Amino acid sequence: MPTEQTRPDPDQLLAQVQAEELERLRGRLKIFLGYAAGVGKTYAMLEAGHQRHDEGVDVVVGYIETHSRRETEAMLEGLEIIPRKSVNYRGIQLPEMDVDALLKRQPQLAIIDELAHTNVPGSRHPKRYQDVQEILAAGIDVYTTLNVQHLESLNDVISQITGIVVHETVPDLVLDQAAEIELIDLPPDELLNRLQEGKVYIPEQAARAIQMFFRKGNLTALRELTMRRAAERVDDQMTDYMQTRSIPGPWPAAERLLVCISPSSFGERLVRATRRLADQMNADWLAVYVDSPDHLRLTPEKRDQIARTLRMAEALGAQSLILPLSSTAPTVAGTVVEYARQHNVTKIIAGKPLHPPWRNLLSGSIVDQLISRSGNIDIYVITSSPDKDFTTEASRWSPPGVWIRYLYSLLLVAGATLLGLLVGQGISPTNLVMLYLLAVVIAAVMLGRGPSVLTSILGVLAFDFFFVPPKFTFTVSDTEYLLTFGGLLLVGLVISYLTARAREQAEAAQRREADTSLLYALSRDLAAANDLDSVILAVVTHVEQAFVREAVIFLPDDNNQLSPYGSFSQSAADETETALAIWAFEHQEPAGRGTDTLPSANARYLPLKTSHRMVGVLKVRPREASQDLIPTQRRLLESFASQAALAIERVQLVEQSRQIDLLQATEKLQNALINSISHDLRTPLVSITGALTALEERKDKLSDQARQSLIETAREEAERLNRLVANLLDMTRLESGSLKVVSEPCDIQDVIGAALKQLEDRLFTRPVKLEVPVNFPLVSMDFVPIVHVLVNLIDNALKYSPDGSPLEIAARISDQEAQLFVMDRGVGIPPEDLERVFDKFYRVRRPEQVTGTGLGLAISKGIIEAHGGQIWASERPGGGTIITVVLPIQEQSSA
Amino acid sequence: MSTELACILVVDDERSIRRFLRASLEGEYRITEATNGMEALSAVVSDHPDLIILDLGLPDMDGVEVTRRLREWTQIPIIIVSVREREEDKIAALDMGADDYLTKPFGVGELMARIRVALRHSESTDTDPIFQSGDLVIDHNLRQVSVAGRLISLTPTEYEILRVLSRHAGKVITHHQLLRLVWGSGYESETHLLRVNISNLRHKIEPEPARPAYITTEPGVGYRLRSS
Repeated sequence: MPTEQTRPDPDQLLAQVQAEELERLRGRLKIFLGYAAGVGKTYAMLEAGHQRHDEGVDVVVGYIETHSRRETEAMLEGLEIIPRKSVNYRGIQLPEMDVDALLKRQPQLAIIDELAHTNVPGSRHPKRYQDVQEILAAGIDVYTTLNVQHLESLNDVISQITGIVVHETVPDLVLDQAAEIELIDLPPDELLNRLQEGKVYIPEQAARAIQMFFRKGNLTALRELTMRRAAERVDDQMTDYMQTRSIPGPWPAAERLLVCISPSSFGERLVRATRRLADQMNADWLAVYVDSPDHLRLTPEKRDQIARTLRMAEALGAQSLILPLSSTAPTVAGTVVEYARQHNVTKIIAGKPLHPPWRNLLSGSIVDQLISRSGNIDIYVITSSPDKDFTTEASRWSPPGVWIRYLYSLLLVAGATLLGLLVGQGISPTNLVMLYLLAVVIAAVMLGRGPSVLTSILGVLAFDFFFVPPKFTFTVSDTEYLLTFGGLLLVGLVISYLTARAREQAEAAQRREADTSLLYALSRDLAAANDLDSVILAVVTHVEQAFVREAVIFLPDDNNQLSPYGSFSQSAADETETALAIWAFEHQEPAGRGTDTLPSANARYLPLKTSHRMVGVLKVRPREASQDLIPTQRRLLESFASQAALAIERVQLVEQSRQIDLLQATEKLQNALINSISHDLRTPLVSITGALTALEERKDKLSDQARQSLIETAREEAERLNRLVANLLDMTRLESGSLKVVSEPCDIQDVIGAALKQLEDRLFTRPVKLEVPVNFPLVSMDFVPIVHVLVNLIDNALKYSPDGSPLEIAARISDQEAQLFVMDRGVGIPPEDLERVFDKFYRVRRPEQVTGTGLGLAISKGIIEAHGGQIWASERPGGGTIITVVLPIQEQSSA
Repeated sequence: MSTELACILVVDDERSIRRFLRASLEGEYRITEATNGMEALSAVVSDHPDLIILDLGLPDMDGVEVTRRLREWTQIPIIIVSVREREEDKIAALDMGADDYLTKPFGVGELMARIRVALRHSESTDTDPIFQSGDLVIDHNLRQVSVAGRLISLTPTEYEILRVLSRHAGKVITHHQLLRLVWGSGYESETHLLRVNISNLRHKIEPEPARPAYITTEPGVGYRLRSS
């Protein structure tokens, strides 16, 4: 049974399972690792490829550099080769691996030579290993070759051994992720023999350097490094294996390293050293930069350097982060130690200070502070290379505005001296010192640290020169004054240090507050935005304001095709842009400027993703080509992107649910319609069937009166059915546009009479009042449809008013139009429904069920409008409804 | 012919339907009319009809609700006539206590047959010990069932089903009602019990179980025992 210590951690097991799961989806990477060119990596790789091919695996050669060696070329036979594509770079055609063709071919195994290769600028990825990552992600296994000097963490060690700086590096992470590593070895003597026989490819332009490289001492060292690296890897695997299977062993206590990054190129060395240390200890490691107020004063190059270093650390497997200055321990060292304590860091790695030793006098160097605060945490100090010339670096970061501030500090001292000379008569010189202290305070508050230090020093000198006897010389007669000088200088320096520091902290706080308020402003606008247009507009304007950059948002359409949204983009998207946006969208990673994917592009493409899905891509393009974002700005931009993604998703979800509601409402309406029509069609049929069956089955038992009544019922209901079908047909005709109006002058009396005749048998209980002027002219209209309209209107009036209540029909004439009114004393139409009653299938909701399809008024409206007229409903004073029909009098051209 | 005609209350909001029903039934029955649910409820109190023909789609309340309110105090036979043809609607009305269900449009002959069955039931008291329908004879006193003079041996459950159906002969009994009356409350959703027993019963009493003459199926609703 495993003991407590050796029992595998469940989280760790889970991570292992997940890693294996992921491993299964991803392709497996096998690296043929050698210590120098010519050891036979490519040959071994092809041999292995052939073996797999013979086993029935679908093997394809993605890229091979045979260097015209015959035996290697012979090995290519029988393997399918993806043709290289030719990339144009500054007028030269350069062959490159065709990644797209390979991905399209989708083999089981791809053979790709020279993992460390740097692609031609303008390719999709700057480095080949990134191409390989993409191919692996597509589920394709990859065999590749690598020389040890291209490994990032060994890069500087090897350049120290061989004297040759290799620029093509591969992050160690790639090696760590490889499923298998095969060490290809050849004793150095044999390699040198092969070199002499001309069997090792040497590019002509580098022949001399390569000759220097191929020395036995170098080769032996490289060989050792390679073997050690491979052994480390095997060791790691063994450890993993033993841990997952609870095999007890001498586990090292879990170590956690933290490396402090400084804004110098030395940082990269520190990071590499830490990586090696972490590897040896089998430890996690963090790379940390403390965002102190000093950060403000850094040049853009320095800020970029920090970002580069942090990115490199990430590439080497570290977790990298930027810490704000802690509020409880507001120094760089304090912040680092505090963070380290909270996160169980066991060792802190820092660089030996680069600045001149006198700067440590005031507060001690960061390393000193680290050591004094660290407690039980080990501090490792790494030395810098001696060739760093920091004096030139220091002089570079002084923008011209600073000189004016120093000039002001000069003036301050002059002013203090002048004041001292004016009021100084009779005052003890030691009290005049206060004037200079005042100047120092003013300088510290107004001008910053440097000028205030200058003020302190100049103050001491001026005091000595002007006020200390013997005056106007720097000589001092009374040695007591040396104490005054010392006091003045010290107090001045301390004041300038403290005041400047307070000011800088306030500035850093202000800057952070500015970031926060930018984010707040964005989220406020996003919260207020309730449609996609206003969300996008808010994002675009806020990005433009906060970063002085042009922003465009790409959203997928219904077919999942990305395109720039709306008209906010000032320039149309070209193909490369869209391709990059699509890449960022599909890979859910940033692309373009400042990233690993096509860094030469002029804009940055940030994926807009929420926890469940990708919503789009945000493109950010600097107004001027040279501006780069500093890391804090980048983080702010990323926060903007996630806010934008959430807001876009929110409005999209709202829109979706609105669509669903609409769909449901339509469905409900359709159901109601089907119910209504089936009820209306069936009710007459019930009466007809009933009456007919009664006549048939009971013909002898029925009285004459009953028989008559049944026949009437059947006939009436058949007519009703006919009206309903006619209405439905009319509606269909109106909707399809096939209703033709054939107008001729008609007598309005005649129209009313014809309509009343049709409804005769329903009108006998109703008093009908007609009001038509005697000299009413003929009006141009299509007789039959207008009668139909009137029948519908009167029918409605009858249905919606109580039996026995009066009905009024009136006609009036004005200059342009004939007006027709149908008025009842019925239940009336609710004001909110006055317009909607003319909608198709709309029926006013009432407790009593009145039969009808809700088509009559819609059809009437259609007919009247086809005549160029109008129809509307209004409330009748005293209760009831007035329907007004207006027809133009002029001859209507028949449409 | 009895001296007094049975009185039928026709409840329908369609004038034409009331009109044809009156014309068809008048002479054999006395007809009164109601156009909505409230009118119907008060007409039952004031006119004491012997049977109600009830439309489900009434303007003020649903026919099922009218049935529910009537069943709170009276066992007057109710025949539902409606355009609704979904089984759920039929079951709802029958479970609520309606006696029969006719889907519009219907023939007058069919309606009158149903009216006769319903009226006979309300008249007959449950004391009649012998039920006869065709060759099927059920003697409730002896708990004996015979078909064409031949005694049939039934399980207690089968006999109980037959007893319940014969008490309501000619009327639809829903699955729900039958299960409650035979097995007791709590078994209302166990329709498979019913199907198995009805199948067994048919094999014992029906000459052709696949084309039942006595126990007919109302698809999705329930069963009906042919009345004599």
